[in-house]
Amino acid sequence: MTLARRIIPCLDTDGERVVKGVQFFNLRDAGDPAALAARYNREGADELVVLDIAASRDHRPTFLETIRRVAAELAIPLTAGGGVGDVDEGRAILRSGADKLTVNTAALRRPELITDLAGEFGSQAVVLAIDAKRVGERCEAYVRGGRESSGRDAVDWAIEGTQRGAGEILLTSMDRDGTRSGFDLCLTATIAGRVTVPLIASGGADGPSDFLEVFEKGHADAALAASIFHDSVQGLRELKCFLHSQGVAVRLSG
Amino acid sequence: MKISLVEYDAGNLPSVERALARQGVETERAATPDSIAAARALILPGVGHFGQLMRTLGSRGLFGPIRQAIGGGVPLLGICLGLQALFASSAEAPEDRGLGVLPGAVSALPVTAKLPHMGWNQLRQVRPSVLLEGIPTNAYFYFAHSYAARDAGASAIALCEHGVPFVAALEHQNLFAVQFHPEKSGDAGARVLANFVARAGADNRV
Repeated sequence: MTLARRIIPCLDTDGERVVKGVQFFNLRDAGDPAALAARYNREGADELVVLDIAASRDHRPTFLETIRRVAAELAIPLTAGGGVGDVDEGRAILRSGADKLTVNTAALRRPELITDLAGEFGSQAVVLAIDAKRVGERCEAYVRGGRESSGRDAVDWAIEGTQRGAGEILLTSMDRDGTRSGFDLCLTATIAGRVTVPLIASGGADGPSDFLEVFEKGHADAALAASIFHDSVQGLRELKCFLHSQGVAVRLSG
Repeated sequence: MKISLVEYDAGNLPSVERALARQGVETERAATPDSIAAARALILPGVGHFGQLMRTLGSRGLFGPIRQAIGGGVPLLGICLGLQALFASSAEAPEDRGLGVLPGAVSALPVTAKLPHMGWNQLRQVRPSVLLEGIPTNAYFYFAHSYAARDAGASAIALCEHGVPFVAALEHQNLFAVQFHPEKSGDAGARVLANFVARAGADNRV
């Protein structure tokens, strides 16, 4: 009996449609979130993440409707987030059908938000999303969808966030995002070794060997990718069969 | 036959409804003592904090009716925190009393493992059961919890392990419970729900 390593497709949305950019910018349309969700559920995804990367307050109702449409297609866990600023917004996301929510910018500005969310919904429902970018010798946590640095060291922030009650870390390497140059193994391993909660690695996935490496060398508990799955460059079943053949514990059946 | 879902703001209630609807099973929400007393089969979903759950059940007058339903032979399926609520107490909230239909206490998983125990894990089935009938031995189920029952005596039907062994599923007469989330566990989870519904239906025909 071993906890399986999870493969998690991610739907970055503008609230309504799935979009994909490179290093967080140059967005293009990549499909209907509910249709993609149904496909991934069928193909053996272990979980799904749906993010509102525009996160503007005006179209929040649209995003909540997107969560409802996505959740209706799933028999696997759903994480949703983007722009969550307080407990009420978190509740709206969970009530719409998500099992967990992500926090990022608002938590960096007011770290007590993590404590509040964990107190209200439990640590298992609170995922701390960290967008990390190399700045000189260290990695800094970025806010506002990668537009500006918070000035916080990403490793320190991961530790503080989990101490405040986050039950999982979603670590995205901004340097690798959309580049298909592999996960940032060093950063992933550093944070995985310093926190006591599960870690989802994100940013840079290209092929099966990248996933193998992020589990074996990056010590990630889960790996997330978007465009390689959306574009059918990488099939979920084939990926999991490959990992299984390499001795990684993965869930193969539906 | 309609399945009544105990409603007390549990986050996973809509997911359980959807999972049952997909199988063509009718559900209704039971939020009052009367609706619980009238239920022919109950599901107690659960996500969150043991103390909060027990206090909510208490303040809404549902504590007694749920105990009476179980005592009266109504089939009940507890999910995740809904399994933990069946025990007498939990280390998560030592001052709050559980439903106490099973003896013993729920304890914290050891901090030597990554917590929460979050993700897909396998079971070790310890005896034949209604709930896990037809489930392959290597099937994975989705877990998300930091507390667990370490012992359920002869009621345990399957164990899982995360740092220590714990009770992943149990059944005792009309009482059924799983620590994992069947509503989030793909085809294997759907089968567990179907097994419960079939048994509840059979119980109500006699």
